[in-house]
Amino acid sequence: MNAVEIAGVRQCYGQMTVLHDLDLSLGEGEVLGLFGHNGAGKTTSMKLILGLLQATAGQVRVLGRSPNDPQVRRQLGYLPENVTFYPQLSGRETLRHFARLKDAAVQQVDTLLEQVGLAAAADRRVKTYSKGMRQRLGLAQALLGAPRLLLLDEPTVGLDPIATQDLYQLLDQLRQQGTSIILCSHVLPGVEAHINRAAILAHGRLQAVGSLADLRKEAGLPALIRASGLSQREPLLQRWQAAGHEARAVGEGGLEVVADNRHKLELLRQLLVPGQAQDVDIHQPSLEDLYRHYMLRADAQERV
Amino acid sequence: MKQIYTIARKEFSDGLRNRWLLAISLLFAVLAVGIAWLGAAASGQLGFTSIPATIASLASLATFLVPLIALLLAYDAIVGEDEGGTLMLLLTYPLSRGQLLLGKFVGHGLILALATLIGFGCAALAIAVLVADVDLGLLVWAFTRFMLSSTLLGWVFLAMAYVLSSRVNEKSSAAGLALGLWFLFVLVFDLALLALLVLSQGKFNPDLLPWLLLLNPTDVYRLINLSGFEGSGNAVGVMALGGDLSLAGGLLWLCLLLWVVAPLLLAYGVFRRRAA
Repeated sequence: MNAVEIAGVRQCYGQMTVLHDLDLSLGEGEVLGLFGHNGAGKTTSMKLILGLLQATAGQVRVLGRSPNDPQVRRQLGYLPENVTFYPQLSGRETLRHFARLKDAAVQQVDTLLEQVGLAAAADRRVKTYSKGMRQRLGLAQALLGAPRLLLLDEPTVGLDPIATQDLYQLLDQLRQQGTSIILCSHVLPGVEAHINRAAILAHGRLQAVGSLADLRKEAGLPALIRASGLSQREPLLQRWQAAGHEARAVGEGGLEVVADNRHKLELLRQLLVPGQAQDVDIHQPSLEDLYRHYMLRADAQERV
Repeated sequence: MKQIYTIARKEFSDGLRNRWLLAISLLFAVLAVGIAWLGAAASGQLGFTSIPATIASLASLATFLVPLIALLLAYDAIVGEDEGGTLMLLLTYPLSRGQLLLGKFVGHGLILALATLIGFGCAALAIAVLVADVDLGLLVWAFTRFMLSSTLLGWVFLAMAYVLSSRVNEKSSAAGLALGLWFLFVLVFDLALLALLVLSQGKFNPDLLPWLLLLNPTDVYRLINLSGFEGSGNAVGVMALGGDLSLAGGLLWLCLLLWVVAPLLLAYGVFRRRAA
């Protein structure tokens, strides 16, 4: 059974259609990254899964049931993008309140506060918390009751690099325990290693979904090969440019060549001839490159 | 049930924490004691006069104060949660909108009931202890009725505040509308009724006019508290109309109760349509 199953969903606000024919699924123990520009439909998709919105058309199933089912809600954790909580309550009181509402054991609260690094500030009023601390409190809130499905909206906003790393490690740990996670984010670098699949939304349509390797293959984005310490750079450059490759000199005895998938191995072979390059560096298209590729394509389609 | 209790518990402990309960109780107690001893100063007397006069003065004061306090307590119940981002979060919890609203009502309602009991109860106690030959039976009866009806009046305006709070998108508009509502029921309504009485020059069916009082919960409240005293002639203004109203006390209570239930149902209807 899939944790989330969205089939043929269309969502309209009045005259405006914000989601067109969305099909998306999330397996057990899978981490899906949901990326897109502002207004692409990320939040709408989240709200559909959370049962806060009723789809205009199509079907949404969460943990095999309707998203409104109280059973589902007890097993679901959600970190909203902007939540200030109750300023007059302390972090511990806030978590206790939410634990009671979720029917989760109140004893978890201390463990969770420890886990997100708020143990020392647990008895301070939330009013005095920084943005990052509120974010961590929100995360602890989402983890109440050991949810089977976790929805995180911009979880790294306001977190410093170390806290961000901690968050990603926590996600890896949860994934190993079988928690399914949807992660909505604008911050692309660093997230690649921690997601199984990426879904890219633009203008209310799903542009691409798949593992990074799948997306690279589908997008056909070339890799960039950098080599340094070449003894005979000029003849190589001339030969490659003549063959139609995008190659250019970099610094002293270095070069850079754009290598699409068909030619990548051949170009590497030529560089690895004894006496040629001292160091070779292959730069695969990153999530950011893929994101840009799909966004530009979506923009072009939208203009037609 | 457990969810309603959890929400109510938070609202109630908020009321303790920000000292709302303490402040309202203290305010009620000071005003009640003050009125009991100084209420007759206008007629040249000082000191406690009579139970009917004290209750009449207290009821006039509470008509202004209780609705205002209830509106202040509850105007941001829904819209405040929305602005803090917690409304959306709460709605993803195993908690229905009805439970959330009812939980808030129970919590706020308990604060008002306790403040009324403590504040006015202290005044009643002071009268019982300090005034020599007071009719204890009448005192207990009149104050119990006064405190019960004051609590109900407070609940009416709590429920109305939830309607506003569920409807608007900003806390400030909820506050503005709450003040407007207070003005309407506490001042404008009676003035309009008097104006109608004067302008119609008797053409308006006089049997119908007293019934119009039931359209204003604060008038129902005053009718409850002014009736039942022997030889009481202190009904003034539109309240004099109530004398013509051959309504049994039970019906007035029922009417006030309806004034709690109806806005509460309306608030639920409005809240259900609110986008998350």
